[in-house]
Amino acid sequence: MATTLRTRRESRQAAPGGRAKTKSSYPYWFYLPAAVVYTVLFVVPTLTSFYFSLTRWTLFDMEFIGLENFVEFFEEPALVTGLKNTLIYGVVTSGLKVVLGLLLAVLLTSQVIARGYLRSVVFFPVLVSTIGVGFTFTALMDPEVGLINESLALIGIDGPSWLTDPSIALLSVALVDVWKGVGLATVIYIAGIVSIPREYFEAAQVDGASAFKRFRHVILPLARPATTTVIILSLIGGLRSFDLIWAMTRGGPGFTSDVIASVIYKQYQAGFYGLSTAGNVVLFVLVTAIIIPLWRFLNRKGVDL
Amino acid sequence: MRGASRTWLGLLAILVSVVVFLVPFAFIVLTAVKGRQEASLLQFSWPDEFALVDNIQQVVAARDYMLLTAFVNSTVLTVVSVSLMVILAAMVGFVLQRRRSRWTKVVNLLVLSGLIIPPAVVPTIWVLQGLSLFDTLPGLILVEVAFGLSFSILLFQAFFATVPRELDEAAVIDGASPLRLFFQVVFPLLRPVTVTVIVVQSVHVFNDFVHPLYFTPGEENATVQLTLFNFQSQFASQMNLLFTDILLITIPPLIMFMFFNRQIVAGMTAGAVKG
Repeated sequence: MATTLRTRRESRQAAPGGRAKTKSSYPYWFYLPAAVVYTVLFVVPTLTSFYFSLTRWTLFDMEFIGLENFVEFFEEPALVTGLKNTLIYGVVTSGLKVVLGLLLAVLLTSQVIARGYLRSVVFFPVLVSTIGVGFTFTALMDPEVGLINESLALIGIDGPSWLTDPSIALLSVALVDVWKGVGLATVIYIAGIVSIPREYFEAAQVDGASAFKRFRHVILPLARPATTTVIILSLIGGLRSFDLIWAMTRGGPGFTSDVIASVIYKQYQAGFYGLSTAGNVVLFVLVTAIIIPLWRFLNRKGVDL
Repeated sequence: MRGASRTWLGLLAILVSVVVFLVPFAFIVLTAVKGRQEASLLQFSWPDEFALVDNIQQVVAARDYMLLTAFVNSTVLTVVSVSLMVILAAMVGFVLQRRRSRWTKVVNLLVLSGLIIPPAVVPTIWVLQGLSLFDTLPGLILVEVAFGLSFSILLFQAFFATVPRELDEAAVIDGASPLRLFFQVVFPLLRPVTVTVIVVQSVHVFNDFVHPLYFTPGEENATVQLTLFNFQSQFASQMNLLFTDILLITIPPLIMFMFFNRQIVAGMTAGAVKG
């Protein structure tokens, strides 16, 4: 590998003329169209959000008020609940996706029957409209006539009020999120497991390792890049999650299933643009403060082979 | 013995998958087929009457053919924004992978930021208003492009590593300008990854709810997801129509899934192996 790289580099240097030096075939202006769109609609809003979050901003006027929005954010119980719920939602959904995704992937890379059907059926919800999924499960989770509680009643279990009980509403939505997203975690793990060189499995077999030992000492450590991807992707998605919660509970009952993203929307709707943007800044800080150290940690502790 | 246990495990998996994954979809179809009264009971049962055609007519005609407008808007939004994403991201990925310089680090950092940082909503509206693009389809298209670029660039960049440099050099020696080199020599070779980007981003943009909610609140620019959401309050007592709408909106991704299953999975699992 190293030698091919070196020869390639040498051949480039040997390429005719100073042409490559004076005028590259890879001009920087290729960045330009993307850079314009990205700067105007992503970088500028992100940077200005720090200023706007320090203002009292309504439809009519804007006034600099320092950190008042943030003070309000951390004093208002409903908003603090949103912050706490965001963390719970992110951790629960990504945790379940890692565990279930890995188990499903192990099953679906083994010699199980109907593998193709199972892979398709687990993955398809990933592609379906989140709003549609939300409405469907709102109907299925109806405490009186919903299919879930009716089925539970058949085996003598008194099902809970999934979406109207304040203590479990958020977790019910998180479960639906896992239902919709576990297919993605599964295919990521399948790609990771399939890329493990066969020799490791063969060596494990020669050593007489049991199925569980094969899982524990071969698949688990060697599928680590997949674990990293699943954790990071589902945390990024989970922490900023909005669609499903909005479709199923709109943050209710009360504010018990509000997350930061739904607080941002509610404040925006109410015309408190400064407070809404402060919510955005809080979310920004939360996401980067979690994702970047986690990313470093997961990538640094890679296995040495 | 092992064969038998394998079969049992398979049968169990199939049974669980039917209950967990197929029943909700069956529920959508059954409710969409039912008449108004029967559907409002939310039962998982075989329909007494088959009213699907009638339901479709009613949903489509509702609110002055709003759903048709929404389908047109969503199609335009998806096609235009994904096309722009593909071209812009491929150009960035090309230079990013080929030309190492002090810019490489900056661009990489920006790309990763785009993946991680949640977009700031109100400031984006403020920018769009300044450009007179708020509540317009072109505005929403550009927003989707801006937010989708990062992921597309990553996919293209990874793929360019597999396109031999010698090819560029040969084209340059033959006198190709950078534009010709890119669009006539390199771009056609990107077909596999281009298909992946198109399919993954199309599904993503078509299913997007948050950005249309914020950036095109007006009725004339509504997308299908927004329409579905607004139908909920209107069809509160007409579950058959709500689920007919869900059914109709699920068809485009279903078609994508049937034809491009492999590319979708390839795109979404990129990064799983190398981390």
